[in-house]
Amino acid sequence: MLKARVIPTLLWKDVGLVKGRGFNSWRRVDTVLPAIKVYNMREVDELILLDISSTNDKREPDYESIKEFSQECFIPFTVGGGIKSIENIKKLLRSGADKVAINTEAFNNINLIKEGAKIFGSQCIVVSIDAKKENGKYYCYSHCGNKCTGIEVSIWAKEVERNGAGEILITSIEKDGTMEGYDIDLIKEVTDNVKIPVIASGGAGDYEDLYIAINEGKASAVAVASIFHFTEKTPREAKMFLASKGVPVRK
Amino acid sequence: MKVYIIDYGMGNLMSVKRAFEECEADEVHICNEPEELFSADAIVLPGVGTFYEGMNNLNSKGWTKIIKQIAREGQIPILGICLGMQLFASKGYEGKEIEGLNLIDGEVKKLTTTNENERIPHVGWNEIHKFNDSSLFVGIDNATDFYFVHSYHFIPKYESNIIAKTSYCGEFVSGVSKDNIYGVQFHPEKSHKSGFKIINNFLSME
Repeated sequence: MLKARVIPTLLWKDVGLVKGRGFNSWRRVDTVLPAIKVYNMREVDELILLDISSTNDKREPDYESIKEFSQECFIPFTVGGGIKSIENIKKLLRSGADKVAINTEAFNNINLIKEGAKIFGSQCIVVSIDAKKENGKYYCYSHCGNKCTGIEVSIWAKEVERNGAGEILITSIEKDGTMEGYDIDLIKEVTDNVKIPVIASGGAGDYEDLYIAINEGKASAVAVASIFHFTEKTPREAKMFLASKGVPVRK
Repeated sequence: MKVYIIDYGMGNLMSVKRAFEECEADEVHICNEPEELFSADAIVLPGVGTFYEGMNNLNSKGWTKIIKQIAREGQIPILGICLGMQLFASKGYEGKEIEGLNLIDGEVKKLTTTNENERIPHVGWNEIHKFNDSSLFVGIDNATDFYFVHSYHFIPKYESNIIAKTSYCGEFVSGVSKDNIYGVQFHPEKSHKSGFKIINNFLSME
């Protein structure tokens, strides 16, 4: 049976890892390499590393650093931030990323998703969507949550699926870093509209939240940051909790 | 033990290289020249991407003939991972219909969901169930989880070529072998300790 995944998310800004609240007020939490080593040693299900300043700084992904990180990572490794071209994707995969997460550039050029899926396979193209609710509707934001695209989440999710995305990482900007629980309506808005796997992100505060995102939200995986950074909670305990609720997890 | 990883432009070679280095390989080379494969003790055909694109690259860069010759001679074990395993088939339909390496009879087709909870691609950790008792899986318990990420699957013509099966979209073949050729649909290089065990088993093949 396919297992629900618990995925630590690492937000990488300048020289270290940070965690904010509502895509703002970033706090320094760790340095990248030691964090990756620890998660690898603990055999977490997968890791996501997002370079959150590359798009706004208008620079390419930092391939040399990714190479260094992937050397220590014997678990699936998704890398996002600043990806603008097929060449960028190719270089990231060659630097040891297993999948790439694309957000802003997909709005400018949906062909990047289409071509990327055609060349590298859908399975390594993750589309990351950052969303905020306005007047009862969920809208997609680009540029690390700074710019409203005016496109509704349900429409965009279907569009990226149609163009070959293999997974969607859906993040609630408002819930992110609050530890108040995921925005289940937002997650359902995506899982109801697509047939590809969806990773829920933004707001996990305790293990019960993970269960709700999987059970009610129908997420295939849950991305978790704050509770692993700021509390004593661990990926292993999270999975033990999920198992006790009848969710299949990797032993 | 010299391991050669075939570089035909498809995917995460670094992960594969690192995992083999972490295991019992003495030397791991990323190989760009088909002729060089003859000096290998073991060969890995990795790969992410589409069947069509993969086969096209193998054909246009001169790999196909050499891989077939080495497989026929049977002296050097070959491990196909994910797309690499699928390319062993006679024919594939991803991207466009194209003939495969034709080392193991069978076809590669898209997974089809059997219930509303299943999503494609099949991404994540899933169990393998051993079949036909392959030496590739010595020391691996039945129902051990491995990391998968794929939308297509290998349908071998003969049951004797199947070494593992996995439940998803009904059931699909997650491992194949014939003579000195081995293929796994999952990623041993991304499956941590269980994956290392399989890599070491492969490296001890004669």
